[in-house]
Amino acid sequence: MELTGAEIVCESLLKEDVDVIFGLPGGAVLPFYGALSGYPQLRHILVRHEQAAAMAADGYARATGKVGVCTATSGPGATNLVTGIAGAMMDSIPMVAITGQVPRPAIGRDAFQETDITGITLPITKHNILVMEVDDIAPAIKEAFYIARSGRPGPVLLDIPKDVLAGERRPFVWPDAIDLQGYYPPGEADDIQLSQAIELINQAERPVILAGHGVLISHAYAELRELAEKAQIPVITTLLGISSFPTDHFLHAGMPGMHGMAYASLAIDKADLLISLGMRFDDRVTGRLSDFAPNAKVVHVDVDPSEFHKNVKATVPVLGELKQVLRQMLPVVERKTHVEWLQYIDTLRAEHPSLNIRQTNELLPQFVMKQLSDITEGEAIIVTGVGQHQMWAAQHYAYKEPNSLLTSGGLGAMGFEVPAALGAKVGKPEKTVWSIAGDGGFQMTMCDLATAVENNIDVKFAILNNGTLGMVHQWQEFFYDKDFFATVYSGNPDFVKLADAFGITGIRVTDKSQVEAAIRQAMETPGPVVVDFIVKQDEQVYPMIPAGESVKEMMEEPVPERIF
Amino acid sequence: MNGNGQHHTIIALVQDKPGVLTRVAGLFRRRGFNISSLAVGNSEQKGLSRMTFVVDGDQYTVDQATRQLDKLIEVVKVANISDEEIVSRELALIKVQVTPDTRGEILELVQPFRAEIVDVGAKSMVIEVTGSGDKIRALYDLLEPFGILELMRTGRVAMVRGLSQGKVSDDLVLDYHGDHLKASEAYEVGSY
Repeated sequence: MELTGAEIVCESLLKEDVDVIFGLPGGAVLPFYGALSGYPQLRHILVRHEQAAAMAADGYARATGKVGVCTATSGPGATNLVTGIAGAMMDSIPMVAITGQVPRPAIGRDAFQETDITGITLPITKHNILVMEVDDIAPAIKEAFYIARSGRPGPVLLDIPKDVLAGERRPFVWPDAIDLQGYYPPGEADDIQLSQAIELINQAERPVILAGHGVLISHAYAELRELAEKAQIPVITTLLGISSFPTDHFLHAGMPGMHGMAYASLAIDKADLLISLGMRFDDRVTGRLSDFAPNAKVVHVDVDPSEFHKNVKATVPVLGELKQVLRQMLPVVERKTHVEWLQYIDTLRAEHPSLNIRQTNELLPQFVMKQLSDITEGEAIIVTGVGQHQMWAAQHYAYKEPNSLLTSGGLGAMGFEVPAALGAKVGKPEKTVWSIAGDGGFQMTMCDLATAVENNIDVKFAILNNGTLGMVHQWQEFFYDKDFFATVYSGNPDFVKLADAFGITGIRVTDKSQVEAAIRQAMETPGPVVVDFIVKQDEQVYPMIPAGESVKEMMEEPVPERIF
Repeated sequence: MNGNGQHHTIIALVQDKPGVLTRVAGLFRRRGFNISSLAVGNSEQKGLSRMTFVVDGDQYTVDQATRQLDKLIEVVKVANISDEEIVSRELALIKVQVTPDTRGEILELVQPFRAEIVDVGAKSMVIEVTGSGDKIRALYDLLEPFGILELMRTGRVAMVRGLSQGKVSDDLVLDYHGDHLKASEAYEVGSY
């Protein structure tokens, strides 16, 4: 049977087991929507802004491990996807974005709603393809999904002109195989690298594992845990590695870096070996490189060889897919105890209790996160944007299950939390999903509350509302002579009334004593709920290692009153 | 960080598709690198082109860029052949101003360069010269006093010497062991 290009797109998506698409239609992509209405198996979630489509696809992908799919029309539709795509690129998220393009004869004529989206997304996609023939659609989609999810995952954009979607009918031929010469995602590590790595691991006296996003991407949590337990190696999880290892495990040693726990950064400082698993030594982790882990050799396991020596020189780079590499390592890693080292880290933990929350009657954002953690027993999916709320969510929530912190790490995009939470809930309807936002980020994407309402996506939206762009405000406080220019929001809307306007429950919390009841009420209320926590202004995230500095310059919370 | 390094000659085997050149060039552009020479043409394999390009830069950044290059889906193979025994050539067409008086002198001048006269006009001559960049530069300098009307140069094309076993550029693999890199030195990024 002969199909239109648009129908071929739909058939191809079904072949790739797609069940949901986040998008917003427009002229050039309309033929695709015309076909989509005939494919109820492909659930379409209509967003209010294309950025939300890309970020929801991202959240869906992070929560499920599947490829997230978003779509938009040409021109502004496509450019609105850009921030979401860039975030997926930075955080290695499998995503396929399909954009309509103006008809082939119009390309290059500055046609209405024409932009060169393949050009624009060149450096922020793992790959992109302008599909110029109907017969190229199916192979392009198969390639796109394969590229997006294999090796180091990333976003792939397919730009399809309107007349390719809507013009001639062609038979639908799903290719058996794809031939991508020169693209070979690594599998097992080679023996030489492996044995060198094992030698370092077996010899180390003060080893730490730095577990990154790669552990989650390759589903290597069980292997990571086995390695850590067998050789008694403390595990430090990077921001994106959080939830790859149970937070309450006795070998878990926190998050490192700029706002990590002091004991984690101090342990790295003293370590004689870093076993870096699927992480990329982001500057927020390392600080000043010349002072980073000065006593440590580095075993760096990654699926992407361009990560080796990019920031930190690896003593032994191990190229391979992490789960397979860990499986190779496990039988040959020696059973160890590292008693002194673990005791030392416990001492650090006792001397630098970074997670203590100040005793005060004020409503502290940290307290809200801690309450949320206790009430949900660490089993919710927490979704954040970037800034102070993100760091508090990383610090004070005790993540138990893999892929339970979804956060805009590399790109650091405000507003990610609202749409990404929608995507996560759509992908994992059985999970409790909390979007944690600041009042700044929330206002960037709050229009998509309508998407939650319309599709009854049961996300709980917490706003840690301090009336400022909190993290920027903190930098002004510390580094810009307290010149709080352009970081105070004096005209915020009433978020409870806003919730009401969207037809959902809004709860305002102004006092510490109301926190627990509000969280419980939100969770007991079916459907989306907004909880507006009016938290203390001017609360700083501690510890803090200023950008470009080292653990020596770490600022910890001024001591007097600590509890717990 | 860039600019004060050495020349690097890089060979890439790429799929012959639209946009490949932009992708490759983009990786250098975003690092502020200038591609000082570029040559692209069909390879011996159907559907694949081979590029030779020369970039100036420090070892660290060139290593990074070539590894990123290798990650491009349409790039099949990349080799940095700077440290290999290679054969490399460039070609230049030089249109030089001539008068009846100078014609003979110019003909004599170009002979040692084994250059060829490929066009003769009433007031100009086009000389084709092949060889290293230095050789072309030397001839150019000699011709300059006569008045150069136009210069067109190809980029450098290069391949590794076959040696005894018929080695080809594609035999080289990108090294990611980083033995030649000094820790911390090249990496410092400062505060932001």
